[in-house]
Amino acid sequence: MSTFESVIGLEVHVELSTRSKMFCGCRNQFGAEPNTHVCPVCLGMPGSLPVINRRAVEYLCKTGMALGCDVAPHSKFDRKNYFYPDMPKNYQISQYDMPLTSGGAVTLSSGKRVRLNRIHLEEDTGKNIHEGGRMTEAAATLVDFNRAGVPLMEIVSEPEIATPQEAEEYLGALKAVLSFIGVSDVKMHEGSLRCDANVSVRPVGASELGTKTEIKNMNSFKAVGAALASEIARQIALAQDGQRIVQETRGWDDARGTTYSMRSKEQAHDYRYFPDPDLVPLSLDAATLAAWKSELPELPAQRRERFVSQYGLPDYDAGVLTENRADADYFEAAASASGDPKRVSNWLMGDVRKALETHDLTLTTTKMRPEQLAALIRMVAAGEITGKSAKTVCDTMVAEGGDPQAIVAAQGLGQVSDASVIGGIVDRVLSANQDSVAAYRSGKSKALEFIVGQVMRESRGKANVDVVKALLKERLG
Amino acid sequence: MSDNGKLTVPGAPTGHALRDAIAAKQRTAEEITRDALSAIERLEPQLRAYITMLPDRAIAKARDVDRRIARGEQVGSLAGIPTAVKDIFCVRDAVTTAGSKILERFVAPYSATVVEKLDAADAIIVGKTNMDEFAMGSSCENSAFFPTHNPWDTTRVPGGSSGGSASTVGSGAVALALGTDTGGSIREPASFCNIVGVKPTYGRVSRYGMIAFASSLDQAGPMTTDVRDAADLLEAIAGWDPMDSTSVDVPVPRYADALRTDLSSVRLGIVREFEESIAGDAAMAQLYKAAYADLAALGATFVDVSLPHAKYGLATYYLIAPAECSSNLARYDGVRYGLRKNGSGDVFSMFEQTRAAGFGPEVKRRIILGTYALCSGYYDAYYVRAQKVRTLMKQDFDAAFAACDAIACPAVSCPPFPLGAKSQDPVAMYLMDYFTIPMSLAGIPALSVPAGYVNDLPVGLQICAPIFEEARMLGIAHAYEQATQHARRRTPAAAATA
Amino acid sequence: MADVPIDIAYTARLARIALTEEESTRFAAQFERLFGFIRELQALDVDRVSPTAQVVPLANVLRDDEEKPCLSQEAALANAPEREGPYFKAPRILE
Repeated sequence: MSTFESVIGLEVHVELSTRSKMFCGCRNQFGAEPNTHVCPVCLGMPGSLPVINRRAVEYLCKTGMALGCDVAPHSKFDRKNYFYPDMPKNYQISQYDMPLTSGGAVTLSSGKRVRLNRIHLEEDTGKNIHEGGRMTEAAATLVDFNRAGVPLMEIVSEPEIATPQEAEEYLGALKAVLSFIGVSDVKMHEGSLRCDANVSVRPVGASELGTKTEIKNMNSFKAVGAALASEIARQIALAQDGQRIVQETRGWDDARGTTYSMRSKEQAHDYRYFPDPDLVPLSLDAATLAAWKSELPELPAQRRERFVSQYGLPDYDAGVLTENRADADYFEAAASASGDPKRVSNWLMGDVRKALETHDLTLTTTKMRPEQLAALIRMVAAGEITGKSAKTVCDTMVAEGGDPQAIVAAQGLGQVSDASVIGGIVDRVLSANQDSVAAYRSGKSKALEFIVGQVMRESRGKANVDVVKALLKERLG
Repeated sequence: MSDNGKLTVPGAPTGHALRDAIAAKQRTAEEITRDALSAIERLEPQLRAYITMLPDRAIAKARDVDRRIARGEQVGSLAGIPTAVKDIFCVRDAVTTAGSKILERFVAPYSATVVEKLDAADAIIVGKTNMDEFAMGSSCENSAFFPTHNPWDTTRVPGGSSGGSASTVGSGAVALALGTDTGGSIREPASFCNIVGVKPTYGRVSRYGMIAFASSLDQAGPMTTDVRDAADLLEAIAGWDPMDSTSVDVPVPRYADALRTDLSSVRLGIVREFEESIAGDAAMAQLYKAAYADLAALGATFVDVSLPHAKYGLATYYLIAPAECSSNLARYDGVRYGLRKNGSGDVFSMFEQTRAAGFGPEVKRRIILGTYALCSGYYDAYYVRAQKVRTLMKQDFDAAFAACDAIACPAVSCPPFPLGAKSQDPVAMYLMDYFTIPMSLAGIPALSVPAGYVNDLPVGLQICAPIFEEARMLGIAHAYEQATQHARRRTPAAAATA
Repeated sequence: MADVPIDIAYTARLARIALTEEESTRFAAQFERLFGFIRELQALDVDRVSPTAQVVPLANVLRDDEEKPCLSQEAALANAPEREGPYFKAPRILE
């Protein structure tokens, strides 16, 4: 067992889902044709000047208030000066010594609180594409400035995360809060949530921190966990071997499952921070902050507790359904339409989730509305269709939308309960499966299950299984 | 047409005279524009005041103004008046260089707010004037392209950095021009070229589209034949701009209404430290003494004021301005626009070669100085300290203005000097801004108005006022101008050859 | 070499300007006089003075979160020294 413990801090960058960019009126949109959402300001053209987007400030303050941070009464923007081809001005407008919020904490599902150091506002850079593949093989750099100037919130935690598992939980909890207050679409695969990690190891019980390395280039929560695990192992191996750990930036190579040194020939950057003379300070008054605070919706933790207490859901289900706002809202809409929250929860966690995965959809992108799910659940309870047919209907609704009644009619999936119709099928199955009948009569109860299954198959899943069982009991005794 | 090397257009009219002529239907905007264009063309070989001429744009605009007048439509306050703009202002679809090789072929995709205001006022923009590169200089000799000449003596500099604007207005070819002032770049060339130059309160005029040198100091302002034109031009360009976070939402008065002809009950401050400084040059001291006497004759009373920290102006300015410019000029890297020069194959060496080839020595010097002043370890000792001394200088002015309504003082320490005289010694050049820097650091409005001649060369009087008191300042300048008529009076030498 | 505190070579690297030896030497000599003035600032007692944050005090200049017309792709790329299709093209990043 390792006698070392790991200490982890996370820096999460979140792109805010404002309509326009941080300092100009260009559209804030992912995935557009390159260089179509740009203007003199976000291209850093001569003579251009920034103007702060009020909503970005609002979103950050709301995030801070949701996480229990202190919102600074006085705040300002500073220039962080460095050269890079995706930097339109070769300085980034950010916040250095007077961030918008400080303190606060993210509460993990285990209940552990990871304190935050600060949250500040800055602008995103453009995107470099390395023509010819990876940066090390590239022949040239192609640059798209659509992303340049998008408002970015940087959330810095204290180094209080203990394990890679906790890191993933932290990210999940943070993502849930951000999605609930609606400030970002938090899609790591689209870059609207990015994570850098700082990690060090030390002997268990030591109070001093070991040398930390910074890990970049992790593209999913899982990658964060894997990268941290790998790096911690690497550091422990070095430490056990009496070797020094170099303070450096390392990238995560997902394919190889290792971190690699990104130490460039450059010395450490001197960012030469100074207050941006093109902007004026922020002095947020109590009334504005109070108004924003009152607009905060119920947060994930509160919602989760309410799902348990109000709807009687198990903790686990409540947790899954409050991972993001859209899912939680969907559940409540369906639950109130159906009047049977437990069943709704089971469907959402089970067959609906399966169908969504099959069709690469989410509860936000599916055409199936909560009321339609509720209607389907009612039809099953009323015996109008079998459970099996319902799965098919669900799959269709998720993929294409539509009313369950219409789908059942179109696909001829109505449950058959007519004993005379089922009786005919039962008789055919029994006569075709004499050996099973014999097996059942000789005590093998499994043979009955087989026969029931055959009847269901013959009826294409439409037979009311209770009626089947009753008829079989009658025929077989 | 020259006498003693003095190049002017005889009988050159003021902007307001032209406006009156158009209103009275005596002249059309197109005629006036063509006259201006040919005057400029005639004088250019000796003055070299322009980087780019915009004759098509000008004629098209002039015709549009004439058409609308003929239809009886309302036209703007500067309708039909040819106007030059310093090549620091982006004009959409026109080459805009800031006097630098690094932007030699840059075609701006948008216009500066002040340019849009000129267009809205129906002024006729005729061309982009020469300037010291990125507004860094006091003689126009730092232009990457060529130096501009002083119309009063073509062997001499027109001043800088708004040298081209000063020269073309001083020559009489156009009545109106826009310049920019960061540490004196409107006032000093105005003094050298015998015209009126106004640096407004910081934040009075929008900086959007004005290529940045030092963000907390730069201001656009009028450079004109007379104070009346300066008042009208200032009114047209001033005002809050949502695209400039540092522009101030204060109403723009009709400055022309403040143009007075006497100065009774005006208390003028005379700055002890400035008078001590100018006393070193007998001819200059005498000129300013005469100017103060003229002001007294108009009814002004004088108050002794002190700006004890003015002597730190140079050091303060030459830490703050380079620091801000080192950051503002980082964007010129050959990626998105402008000059590109490849290096050893990677992008960083491209940056280094591009900027080495694209920037002149003064710009490089200030970027190095400014970068250093912001470096970790030096930031507090240099940049922060300079900003603190700046606060002291502001407080000096606050105290002074408690005792007076405006301050009268020298605009320059000497008349225009010969081309090449100071270009080898940067600090000698920096000292040209001694009298103008403190007002820039404090953000207060200041102007230069013609005050006479030393050795037949023009010298200007500086007047400055508390923030947003441009009206008061223009009023005082107007009274002085009307009483003394220095700009119209020929020099003794010129009179002798008449 | 003139006695100025600036490491000109290091600063030029930070500022991404390739200076020649000659320029470095010349600038150092030219800075010397200016530093004479700058040193005078060090003598002032500014302990109880706040740095000028802004010349004309303003706060909370914010704009509404509205989309405004931007440049067309062609206008954006019109001044590009080098482009490839819809992208700005620059040399590779690694040395």
